[in-house]
Amino acid sequence: MAAIAAVTLLSLTACATDEPAASPSGSASAATGSGTGDQSKFFVQADYDAELALLDAAPTGPADKPWEQVLNPTMVDTAKFKKNGPHKICFSNAALNNPWRQVGFKTMQAEVEAQKSRIKEFVHVDAEGKDQKQIADINDLLGKGCDALIVSPNTTATLTPAVEAACKAGLPVVVFDRGVNTKCPVTFINPIGGYGFGHVGAEFVSQKMKPGGKVLALRILPGVDVLETRWSAAKVAFDKAKVDVVGVEFTDGDPAKTKKIVDDYIQRYGTIDGVWMDAGAVAVAAVEAFQDAGKPVPPMNGEDQLDFLKIWKDKKLTAIAPTYPTYQWRTPIIAALRILDGQQVSSPWKLPQPTVTQDNLDQYLDAGMPPLHYAMCGCTDLPGYPQRWK
Amino acid sequence: MQTVQPRSLPLRLPRVRPGGVLPILAILAVLLVLVGIRQPDFLAPQSLMSFLGRSAPIILLAAGQYFVIVSGEFDLSVGSLVTAQVVVAARLIDSDPARTWPVVLLLLAFGALVGLVNGLITTRLRVPSFITTLGMFLILVGAVYLWSDGAPKGGLSEEFRRFGRRAFEDVPVLGRVPYALLVLVVLAVAAVLLMRSDFGRTLVAVGDNPRTAELSGVRVWRTRTFAFILSGLAAAVAAILLGGYSGVSFQAGAGLEFGAITAVVLGGVALGGGRGAVVGAMLGALTLELLFALMNFYGVSGALRSTVQGGIILLAVAVSATRSSSR
Repeated sequence: MAAIAAVTLLSLTACATDEPAASPSGSASAATGSGTGDQSKFFVQADYDAELALLDAAPTGPADKPWEQVLNPTMVDTAKFKKNGPHKICFSNAALNNPWRQVGFKTMQAEVEAQKSRIKEFVHVDAEGKDQKQIADINDLLGKGCDALIVSPNTTATLTPAVEAACKAGLPVVVFDRGVNTKCPVTFINPIGGYGFGHVGAEFVSQKMKPGGKVLALRILPGVDVLETRWSAAKVAFDKAKVDVVGVEFTDGDPAKTKKIVDDYIQRYGTIDGVWMDAGAVAVAAVEAFQDAGKPVPPMNGEDQLDFLKIWKDKKLTAIAPTYPTYQWRTPIIAALRILDGQQVSSPWKLPQPTVTQDNLDQYLDAGMPPLHYAMCGCTDLPGYPQRWK
Repeated sequence: MQTVQPRSLPLRLPRVRPGGVLPILAILAVLLVLVGIRQPDFLAPQSLMSFLGRSAPIILLAAGQYFVIVSGEFDLSVGSLVTAQVVVAARLIDSDPARTWPVVLLLLAFGALVGLVNGLITTRLRVPSFITTLGMFLILVGAVYLWSDGAPKGGLSEEFRRFGRRAFEDVPVLGRVPYALLVLVVLAVAAVLLMRSDFGRTLVAVGDNPRTAELSGVRVWRTRTFAFILSGLAAAVAAILLGGYSGVSFQAGAGLEFGAITAVVLGGVALGGGRGAVVGAMLGALTLELLFALMNFYGVSGALRSTVQGGIILLAVAVSATRSSSR
């Protein structure tokens, strides 16, 4: 009886899936031909065009300090914020819940230490990835006599009113990483952005893989603007290159889940000819899935995390690593101090977004640093390097 | 028409012993045929070996869960225990090969300790195991988050990872035999021997009717606590294999408790205890994994897996309930 029941259940599932067998992923629709599905509702053509143009723009500022460089600067006046130091700088942080943010925050702390003659106190509040907590945090900080407030918002829309309230309190506000829907902060600091990231990886994979091959796209999760823009730019590139994207899967940024997904695809298709991903945290898991299945690792992209750079070099992969540089965590401190000096700063402050390629791989690969460290931290000249980041 | 009518014996189907492994073997065979039709390559020794190796952790967890369920309790904490173990291992080993064995021993001790606490709270404080282990689940999730600031730290050494990732190469006929598979075989044999021993019979008796067992001189609380310890140990071994397979991950054990319970139920073990075989539970886990592999070959989204699991639990429990009430 149990047997019959289970078989019935099985045949039901089997029936339900006969149709999409040709185009296996749930999120891939056959209509577009290349399996990339509909374009993300986060996609904005003008922003996409602007970011791709920035990829080729020449930055202004010191070449050896990309965290101080600006692409296409538009300076704003900050004379009204001029104040005598040393200053109390406050920072409302969205979260510390992934290695990227951990490395970034350590870099920021080191920058504060490097500037300690000018900063008398640095207050950090971690919102633990919760919007409500961050709204309360920002509100609390406004009563603590901060000279400048740095905000790395957890989500864009929900945090906007809290940031607006901070601007009204009269202190200079600097926003970085994820943005807010208001122009009231003195400046918004971030690198070129998601379209640039997604485009660089997708273009590389479609050029290097064998023509007509199968691509697997790995995404962390849907609905987050910085990640949606990465995927939407990759989709444009894949559609243009007429690549067969056999699957678009969500990994939650988890290596265990990633390895299983990639393994499933290898089993289902025999082989996969290219892998694109919207963040590098799971890159090594994807490489291992191919190794353990005894298949060659196809052209793929990762990010500037050292575990990936190391396996790339050791196994001579065909790879590229677009970055979302952690050195951007230095910039808000520098910007806040410049604003408090009454110096002009660029708003928005677009940082360059370097790419790790085969040619410059050795320059970024530091065997002494831990596997989850990000090479693009711009932290080698900071106090406490390398111990602080280990 | 419902008069006393002697049932015609020759037409009766061979009566399947409740709790036996025949039904699950039949399902497994059907699935193997279906897989063979869809993806014949899968049945080649090489890929079959790798499939068994990958399935070893869930099979072990099913065996651990079986001990608890057959004694009349539940263990919902194993999934988060696996996650905790993997995260702890990564932080303690911190990529240093010399720390591999001490950490392996520590993980086993930690697993046994969590089982002991689950068991004592359930039996001595008389908290229903559903609540005890749910509480333990939440405690472990929170503790791991707190301890690691929400992002995994450190790394697992190659020596640690080889248990879950490497294999004996170039074995005649079979090709590649994963270490995980050997661990599984050894522990499966041990589990079967344990169930044939006095302890095994006592365990089933406790699940069948704790009152009777108590009256006939069995210390029920000790037997049940021991079952929880076995489940904790199984989780520790599963964590070592899973951590080895995929590296540090915050979701290494996510959902495994339900996978294990589904497998046990699918294997013909009665929820509430007292009926079923440990081999059935392990075959249940294998069948479940094979079903997922088949779904993958047919291109079913991985998101449907939990739906299918839920369906199986409801169906299997309903079937076994009708069967036992018609006894």
